[in-house]
Amino acid sequence: MKLKINPFFFMTGPYLIWITAMIVIPMLLIVLYAFTIEGNDVATIQFSLDNFVRFVTDKTFLFVVGKSLWIAFLTTIICIILGYPIAYIISKSRGRQSLILILLLTLPTWINMLVRTYAWMGILQEGGVLSNLLEMIGIPGVSLLYTDFAVALGMVYNFLPFMVLQIHTSLAKMDNSLLEAASDLGANKVQSFLRVTLPLSMPGVVSGITLVFLPAVSSFFIPKLLGGGQYVLVGNVIENQFITAGKWNFGSAISLIMAIIIIFSMWLTRKIEVQPRKEEN
Amino acid sequence: MHKPNRIWNIFSKTMIGFSLLFFYLPIVYIIVFSFNGKRSLSELDGFSLQWYEKMFADPIMMDSVVVTILIAVLATIISTLLGTITAIGLSKCGKSFRNAVERVNELPVMNPDIVTGISLLMLFSALAVSKGFVTMLLAHIMFCTPFVILSIMPKLRTLDPNLTDAALDLGCTPFQAMFKVIVPQIRPAIFTGALIAFTMSFDDFVISYFVTGDGVQNISILVYTMSKRVDPSINALSTLVILIITVALLIVNIVPHFLHRKKTPLETK
Repeated sequence: MKLKINPFFFMTGPYLIWITAMIVIPMLLIVLYAFTIEGNDVATIQFSLDNFVRFVTDKTFLFVVGKSLWIAFLTTIICIILGYPIAYIISKSRGRQSLILILLLTLPTWINMLVRTYAWMGILQEGGVLSNLLEMIGIPGVSLLYTDFAVALGMVYNFLPFMVLQIHTSLAKMDNSLLEAASDLGANKVQSFLRVTLPLSMPGVVSGITLVFLPAVSSFFIPKLLGGGQYVLVGNVIENQFITAGKWNFGSAISLIMAIIIIFSMWLTRKIEVQPRKEEN
Repeated sequence: MHKPNRIWNIFSKTMIGFSLLFFYLPIVYIIVFSFNGKRSLSELDGFSLQWYEKMFADPIMMDSVVVTILIAVLATIISTLLGTITAIGLSKCGKSFRNAVERVNELPVMNPDIVTGISLLMLFSALAVSKGFVTMLLAHIMFCTPFVILSIMPKLRTLDPNLTDAALDLGCTPFQAMFKVIVPQIRPAIFTGALIAFTMSFDDFVISYFVTGDGVQNISILVYTMSKRVDPSINALSTLVILIITVALLIVNIVPHFLHRKKTPLETK
């Protein structure tokens, strides 16, 4: 008699062990550290909510959270305003042309984000390319580096391609006969855009928002390079807690809150994305 | 109808022109200033190769290039093997088991890099492993493998299961069936997964930053620590990074043409 154990099951064995050790246990460590206080021994471990209490009562941290959310929100809005027209133009151009445009747009994203962000430091600094340009049109002596503008610009630069790609994907999937039907039924171009194109591209906008907003909230090298050493967002707080301050418990608590919010919102956008597709079928 | 079309044409051309300028300005800037004759990141003064000479003479910079390439190559090979075997195994397992593994597998993709980074930092510290090359490599395998699995799984779903069953009935072991029947059908997807793994590893900063130690630095960490100084040899190093990635992308996009494949990995990403 043959044993009925799926032989393919064994092929997943190594990875099961691997993800337990490298994904599950590290995440549990974050949870453990977040709910304990410093100097705990394994024998005398004590759970506490101190880290979370500190997080919601300390005004400086709340300010940092507020600032991170604000910058990420600003970045997302700018990415929608710039990204939608770009994606729309690409989707309206002819087959080969739109393929080349998409390729040109994705090419820079393959190059190291840190290197590209570093380049902006030179462009934005006093006497740099951009301030020279401003000087030529009569606005001299502006240093744009180490400002909110620089941080938002760095984020828009790094995350805009994600927004364009997401919106383009949903626009490219759209059935053109819908637009013909709209115009047959008497809608003008603006009306058919507002009533047909825009609603149908919403799933792309929503997943674009997650791909921009979430990395923007947690980014820490963009604010550090373009905002300067004094510029602190949530990511910088976490970095400081782990690298310089050595307060792992508090750092874990902040990370845990951030991870939960981000994973929850990703899960939520997927629900939103999946729903319309189900209705179509 | 004629007028709005012309306005639309002008608008779309300017919009595309400005966005391409925006996306390529920093890249052009890096390359141009890496040949600068002067120690400045804002003023150009003649052409020189001094920053390249300085880069090639600097052991710290050269070490970082070696570390980056070595880790990227090793992480790509290991995560592609691990990811392919796991994805094929998973595709033949029950739905609830597969879903559970896929959920965990997605965690590093959804989690912010900084959270993944500190979680691994805490793991290595808890195990009292000294941080350095090995921990960085392990971390890279950890975040690359999910991308390999994610790029192979959709392709596996489209395969005809009868082919594998036939191979098994004809006396193949599961491993033989995998290499002789399944792998040839999903080769482009494996290729895409490997490319994503390579660039992910090559470009990574955040996770590497938290799990490294003992003076082991990849290019990103080096650029980060050097960014406060005015040192155009960073531009030379960055130009090298741009060159390596461009060559990798070219190879990946040209090779499939010789293999007569229809889709290039860039399009499928």
